[in-house]
Amino acid sequence: MDALRRFFDGDVFFSFKHSPAVMIAFALMTTCILAAVLAPWVAPHNPFDLKTLNLLDAFTPPSWTARGNPTYLLGTDDQGRDVLSTIIFGSRMSLLVGLLATLLAMVLGVSLGLLAGYAGGKVDAFIMRVADIQLSFPAILIALLVDGLARVALPREMHDQLALYVLVLAIAASGWVRYARTVRGSTLVERNKEYVQAARVIGRHPLAIMFTHVLPNALGPVLVLVTLHIGEAIITEATLSFLGVGVPPTQPSLGTLIRIGNDFLFSGEWWITVFPGAALVTLVLSINVLGDWLRDALNPKLR
Amino acid sequence: MLAFVIRRLMQGVIVMLVVGFIAFSLFNFVGDPVSLMLPPEATQADREQMRGVLGLDKPFYVQFVTFITNAVQGNFGISLRLGRPVSALLVERLPATLELAIAAALIGLFVGIPVGVYTALKRNSWISQAMLTTSLVGVSLPNFLIGIFLILTFAVWLGWLPSFGRGDTVKIGAWSTGLLTTSGLKALILPSITLGFFPVTLIMRLVRSEMMEVLRTDYIKFAKARGLTTRAINFGHALKNTLVPVITITGLQLGGIIAFAIITETVFQWPGMGLLFIQAVQFADIPVMAAYLCLIGFIFVVINLVVDILYYVVDPRLRIDRSTAGH
Repeated sequence: MDALRRFFDGDVFFSFKHSPAVMIAFALMTTCILAAVLAPWVAPHNPFDLKTLNLLDAFTPPSWTARGNPTYLLGTDDQGRDVLSTIIFGSRMSLLVGLLATLLAMVLGVSLGLLAGYAGGKVDAFIMRVADIQLSFPAILIALLVDGLARVALPREMHDQLALYVLVLAIAASGWVRYARTVRGSTLVERNKEYVQAARVIGRHPLAIMFTHVLPNALGPVLVLVTLHIGEAIITEATLSFLGVGVPPTQPSLGTLIRIGNDFLFSGEWWITVFPGAALVTLVLSINVLGDWLRDALNPKLR
Repeated sequence: MLAFVIRRLMQGVIVMLVVGFIAFSLFNFVGDPVSLMLPPEATQADREQMRGVLGLDKPFYVQFVTFITNAVQGNFGISLRLGRPVSALLVERLPATLELAIAAALIGLFVGIPVGVYTALKRNSWISQAMLTTSLVGVSLPNFLIGIFLILTFAVWLGWLPSFGRGDTVKIGAWSTGLLTTSGLKALILPSITLGFFPVTLIMRLVRSEMMEVLRTDYIKFAKARGLTTRAINFGHALKNTLVPVITITGLQLGGIIAFAIITETVFQWPGMGLLFIQAVQFADIPVMAAYLCLIGFIFVVINLVVDILYYVVDPRLRIDRSTAGH
């Protein structure tokens, strides 16, 4: 209770209360996440249950237009799937891949940064050189490359099963550098402090020192990076899926849905693309607004 | 200076070797190139002969050297999907991508700089605030959605502009250009705006922050004290000093633009290298993937090298810093 009261009286909550944009973003993001997590219960239809699909319902426009059907609020796609339901299930996929990729990139980047900063010397030079080289190429290219390599390496029948993991790996591989650089910087500062020297003197294992002593003191800026990375990871996933190298069409993400809808743009079925697109923008924008706000709110220097 | 250039060159060569190695592994370790090239009914003797022809029976490092030698001469084999030499395919597609990328970079400069100057000079006007918000929203939008939105508005609803392809092209030697026909120019508008969106926001924010920094310096105050017109101060003195970083960043961005063209080309079915690459990824067309990888790696290395050297020439502080720090 006391901790709660302290939170509500604190600076962070104060700045939250006083910026409407952040509150709207928070509400939107919570709605998106709740809908995604509770998808099987929230979605009005199950778009993947082939028994309930009716091809006669395909290409129904949104319910408020002349030919609309009230059962399908945002209309249906080419297979008669309810667009609202596919969006809810799709954002589930997008969020899942985005979160997993961010998490993996963080673990990878933090470990390598810690190792580089603590070990120094050749290890440091090697890791940072790789990071430099990778940083001179855009993330989307790295992700495409990893994805393409995996596609060629894996047998064709395993593609669909492993597509999700390949995608997570590809996005993580394109985003670890920022964590490594930040953590290396703080590790370089921390490793010469007395508590680390003391730990070394009493003979603790270097790995134990790195993870239990240095890491907690280097983690602050990483959290801010994570909040800003999630939106980017979701965009990268959507882009790869849009390009046709992401998740399989049987488990669509928002990017896949936009790709499917893109084929029907010219025949006038705009709702199949526009609504998933709007959902993607809402999700990413609200996450980014919150991330930006959190960075400023947690950084006393900016106040 | 020479030592610096040589060090950078060495680094570039190492990067190219790494990229080449990845491309080489694609060829040799991922999947069996012999079974990819021969029909399924080929006999064991055929296979052995093909191995000999491809040099696959030689030691690993000999194969790598052969691969690099071929790659330097632009020989990447034959596309598995299209059955034509990869180098010919890339040369054919290169003009489309370069025209698109350069148009996008020009949009970045000619829209980004004026808007950046305006938002720096009139910081509190509502137009500036609106521009800044738009750029912020634009950064969190996936690029392909901007393209789809433009197609929906200008091609589907208004019907003003074409939404796919390059229009009519004219051949000038080996270079096929879309810049000389009306349909080619019309086809270029939407893709180049899509691709130019990110450079515009980047350059605009860069010019704005540089401008605001420069406007605070003493020599601007002195220029004001000398009674120069505001126009002369803003454009003759302030803007001129902000342009160096802007031009280098735009140069660096050119590589990124070429890479991002993959997305724009897919949205608009623009017949460039990016579209070729993405189709190669979907069909596991290894020779095309490897060649595109090497080409993009090369473009990036060259651009980074040129920009590094430009920095060195333009910014004398770098030189002093290096000689005292003894790197």
